Amino acid sequence: MSGMNVPATIDQIFILFTDWVAHFFPAAIRPIVGVVLGVIGIISVFPGLFALTTVFERKGLGRMQNRYGPNRVGPFGFFQPVADGIKALTKEDVVPFRADGVLHFLAPVVLLAAVFMGFAILPVGRNMVLVDMDAGLLFFFAMGASTELSVFMAGWSSRNKYSLLGAMRAVAQMISYEIPLLLSSVVVIMVAGTLSLPKIVEAQAGYTGIWPHWYVFTPWGLAAFLMFGIAATSETNRSPFDLPEGESELVAGYFTEYSGFKFAIFFIAEYLAMFSMSGIATTLFLGGWSAPLSFLNVLPSWFWFFSKVMCFIFIFIWVRGTLPRLRQDQLMNFAWKFVLPFTLLDLFVTALWRFMGEGWARWIVCSAILIAAYVAMGRVGMFRKNFAHRRYRYAE
Amino acid sequence: MLGEGIIKGMLETAKNFAGSYVSKERLTTVQYPEEREALPEASRNFPILIYDGPEWEAGLRCVACQICEKECPPKCILIEKSADKKPDAVGKPQFYPTRFDIDIAVCMSCQICVEVCPFEAIKMDKEFELATDDRFGGLLHDRHQLAKSNEYYHQIHPVEAAEVDARLAEERAAAAAKSKAAAEAAAAKAAAAKAGAEKPAPPAGGGA
Repeated sequence: MSGMNVPATIDQIFILFTDWVAHFFPAAIRPIVGVVLGVIGIISVFPGLFALTTVFERKGLGRMQNRYGPNRVGPFGFFQPVADGIKALTKEDVVPFRADGVLHFLAPVVLLAAVFMGFAILPVGRNMVLVDMDAGLLFFFAMGASTELSVFMAGWSSRNKYSLLGAMRAVAQMISYEIPLLLSSVVVIMVAGTLSLPKIVEAQAGYTGIWPHWYVFTPWGLAAFLMFGIAATSETNRSPFDLPEGESELVAGYFTEYSGFKFAIFFIAEYLAMFSMSGIATTLFLGGWSAPLSFLNVLPSWFWFFSKVMCFIFIFIWVRGTLPRLRQDQLMNFAWKFVLPFTLLDLFVTALWRFMGEGWARWIVCSAILIAAYVAMGRVGMFRKNFAHRRYRYAE
Repeated sequence: MLGEGIIKGMLETAKNFAGSYVSKERLTTVQYPEEREALPEASRNFPILIYDGPEWEAGLRCVACQICEKECPPKCILIEKSADKKPDAVGKPQFYPTRFDIDIAVCMSCQICVEVCPFEAIKMDKEFELATDDRFGGLLHDRHQLAKSNEYYHQIHPVEAAEVDARLAEERAAAAAKSKAAAEAAAAKAAAAKAGAEKPAPPAGGGA
């Protein structure tokens, strides 16, 4: 072990801890104990992060609007999620009289379960993946797609027009953005040649000098990363794509008729989906748990993974603090007329990159194609919108 | 180019985000219970009764004329007039309110009572933290709760209070001059009568 790198004991501390706990059990059930501990880790760490994120989000949004944000509960308002949790737990759980009780109850449960499943294949550190699946990415997208089911369950079972409208918007939006989301991750699979997330991370773990081999630092990777970011924002129903729950239009969208802790579960699920999307984006494009510069390996791998995820979360919050909500037709136009063609083009560019071989030529060619396409699509898109000066006609 | 506006917007929010930690001027929030801004002088809430001197009961300017009670649009004032008269601040015997209640749950802060009062006895307070868990008694202020010293009035409305004081002083001076003139006139009359009476009668001794 060189002095440059983090000691294995710290890097692998969670693995070592799991092994240590497991060795108290008979050999036959050790794998099960290991998995259970991993699950406990996931369902405690990510909701904990969620609690922190809610405070940071509210404070960050406040600062972006030149306000303080919550600062009353505990030091600097950091116990706000505790207060919110107590409030959510003690509130009455109202189920509408005409609602489909079973579906209404199942929807948040199914949603949370599906969202948690996404974390199973996420490599949060070196060797730290709960299930090292060969087709991990496929599993992730399958689980991501099944959240749409529970969203529609919630909207349909509530027997409320706002819920249903919200659910229909959500499903339309999630299906539309599912495609660019998948296509933009396909480019990574094309280059890495594997669907296994730990292997994708390992493929990016090398360094040239001090610079990492992350896919985001290639022309096709950057394009795919941006498209993935857009699609991920939309998949998680985050602003500016928060139409399914647009407060000013639909009360709360598909969870209008939920109160108390069921509402909190929807809220948790939304943030957990954000975390898993950020985790996948980190894994695919930002080298997962690898350090951003070679000499930064002194910090453990899981630290880097969570730092990157939190950077993503900050960008999510930043975007939410900046951009206004899209209209439904703008949302669909954007998905089908810009994001999708661009990801398709990126597939082609990635193939070109793959077969042009090493050298500077492929950098220039691929960048030129992508930049030209971006500019051209922007020009065409903006040109069709007739941005003439608006003429006002006043009553005489 | 596409996305230019988004970047511009993101920079703006980033500037706000970073700036709010650096410059205090960006954060215009007044964190109310701990931080308070001085209320503007013209602000008003509910009426109070002004008294002169140290004793609230003796110094009340109110003479229970009941004009405010009659003028009050939502009828939130209840006055009971005394049977006897007590000397007021300048020593003139006046009626006084044995009971003066204002129901601030009913009061609409219109200030009409202040406008109609001929004695500058009722003024508007700035106190707004009057919330109470007793919605009947707690919001019905009696004359003791309503009585506020002239010094307090100077504190909350300095300009207006100075004007009122000047006006009152003028009125009192005029009244004093008038009563003095009247007294002199009466004295002169008495003297004249005395003088008239003196002619036939022999001069009487000075005093009575």
